[in-house]
Amino acid sequence: MKKILLLALLSLFITPSAWALSAEEKGLKIAQKADELDTGWGDQMQTLEMILRNKQGKESSRQIRGRSLEVIGDGDKSMSIFDTPADVKGTAFLSFTHVNKPDDQWLYLPALKRVKRIASKNKSGPFMGSEFAFEDMSSQEVDKYTYKWLRDEKLDGKDVYVIERVPVDKHSGYTRQIVWGDKVIDHPVKVEFYDRKNSLLKTLVFIGYKQYLDKFWRPDQMHMVNHQNGKSTLLKFSDYSFNNGLTDRDFDRNSLKRAR
Amino acid sequence: MQKSFMSLAVLLMVFSSTAHALSWRGNVTVQERLFFKDPEDSRQHGNNLSVAAQPEMYHEWADGKQNISFIPFVRLDQGDDERTHADIRELAWSYIARDYEWTVGLSKVYWGVTESQHLVDIINQTDLIEDFDGEEKLGQPMAKLALIRDWGTVDLFVLPGFRERTFSGVKGRPRIIARVEKDLTSYESSQQDKHVDLAARWSHAIGDMDIGLSWFHGTSRDPILSPTQYNGEIVLQPFYQIIDQAGLDMQLTRGSWLWKLEAISLNGNYEKYQRATGGFEYTFYGLAGSAADLGLVTEYLYDSRGELATTPFEDDIMLGFRLTLNDEQSTDALLGVIKDTHDDSYLISLEASRRLGDSLKLSIQASKFLVDGLDQSLKSFAKDDLLQLELGYYF
Repeated sequence: MKKILLLALLSLFITPSAWALSAEEKGLKIAQKADELDTGWGDQMQTLEMILRNKQGKESSRQIRGRSLEVIGDGDKSMSIFDTPADVKGTAFLSFTHVNKPDDQWLYLPALKRVKRIASKNKSGPFMGSEFAFEDMSSQEVDKYTYKWLRDEKLDGKDVYVIERVPVDKHSGYTRQIVWGDKVIDHPVKVEFYDRKNSLLKTLVFIGYKQYLDKFWRPDQMHMVNHQNGKSTLLKFSDYSFNNGLTDRDFDRNSLKRAR
Repeated sequence: MQKSFMSLAVLLMVFSSTAHALSWRGNVTVQERLFFKDPEDSRQHGNNLSVAAQPEMYHEWADGKQNISFIPFVRLDQGDDERTHADIRELAWSYIARDYEWTVGLSKVYWGVTESQHLVDIINQTDLIEDFDGEEKLGQPMAKLALIRDWGTVDLFVLPGFRERTFSGVKGRPRIIARVEKDLTSYESSQQDKHVDLAARWSHAIGDMDIGLSWFHGTSRDPILSPTQYNGEIVLQPFYQIIDQAGLDMQLTRGSWLWKLEAISLNGNYEKYQRATGGFEYTFYGLAGSAADLGLVTEYLYDSRGELATTPFEDDIMLGFRLTLNDEQSTDALLGVIKDTHDDSYLISLEASRRLGDSLKLSIQASKFLVDGLDQSLKSFAKDDLLQLELGYYF
């Protein structure tokens, strides 16, 4: 026992940096902790209204139902089913997110009853004509970015940490993102997205976090403003439910064909 | 049969309207076809207006484990009596269990991956009079069992009853110049259109590869058309043989590339042949810094029958450009050219669509036939270049 204590003491002197984490290590630690705290939700369902607003302030809306399945050790599985606009009603999108390889994505076209495997390289493309890119909508896994803690500060009276994260995937539409994370709930409250030329492209704000099952925080709204084209998209979430007993079977190509 | 299905449908609707979880959707479309040349046959119509409706009713119960879908379709056509037609696209009950699914009734399934033609997709008959691209299908009576396993999905089909392919009537356009006379339809099977067909398919996604193997035994969906005298004119007589058809479809999805292959081998007493379509689709994302994508599609179309083939696509190359704006109105366009490798016959087509407001969609379809060669099957279309405008209301 004494020997161990001695060794431990000794190691303190040998690796003093263990006490002073680098900005990168600190950033990663924060991301890992946030990920850990949001583990164990199993499956989730929610409805989503997406309000697109163009430069002139004209709005159009689309309704999407979503469900996702937590996959431990890899990215999550998710399915989105479109209810409006009416001409795409019944169109469904199935995605298997992966950490170390490209995502698997299928699209179901109800008019032809055709399931189409689609290329997932298009991460930076807009999701349903909105200001959200596919990569903004897919599950956020720790290994998808490298991190750097920048500073701690106050944002709207809340204690936040500010982290820079750089996408690992070279097909990402961003060079970097700056994330303001609420220290109390360990969830992002604001994200700035920088485009491939490293100029500010978009700002995302999370509004109205609520806690579900006494553990998991989910926002009521997410508001994305594109600074370069003057458009914005508001996501309004409702009817969150967890532990619905969903399985892999609810996220296969057979269930995609049945999505309504 | 249609009648009894109709009354069943009405019953279902009455039953369903009292229950919960009933959902409706559908569309009504107005279509105008403009032709630019006088028809080959003076009986054929000129510019043509038609309207179509396709409501869809869906009801599920037992926690989503059972459902009924009902999709009738009707079109009223100004010029072609044959194109004024109705069909039940779907009237089916499904039962969904953990590792299997049943579907019984009139239904539709889609097999395949390629864009220029659909070879392996054999379950449903083509409603060719709806659209000559062959993508519209008639409802098929079936009992389908899907077995869902870790090593893929096996679909088993029993298909009682056969639907004849629809063809343009005397006045219809576009059509093969010797029109198809459905009164002369004959079958190899003594059971005629009552022959019970069987089919099976295994499909699976393995990494970035999606693969399907299929087998079909029964009445060919693709009739053999032979010229014959009928009421003093030469018409084509459809003959449906009994075939065995094996099919393969696969797609490799890698980066911006989709590699696609469909192949079939058909074996009947009257015909034996192989056909294949293969190629790739490559997409340039975020064209010139915009949100738009441009896809390049190239496919080769092969038919072992060569110039004797009943289809125009026996040794042809298809080149397509797909433009997707990724805008609020979901604007997209597909320009395609199919060229015979032996002569200078071309089929050029353009399809584009854009949503207007929340519930309207405008679609444009144009096709031009350039025929300079031996390909008789294309030649008869040469005067039927058309521009089709369609406005759909979706609910």
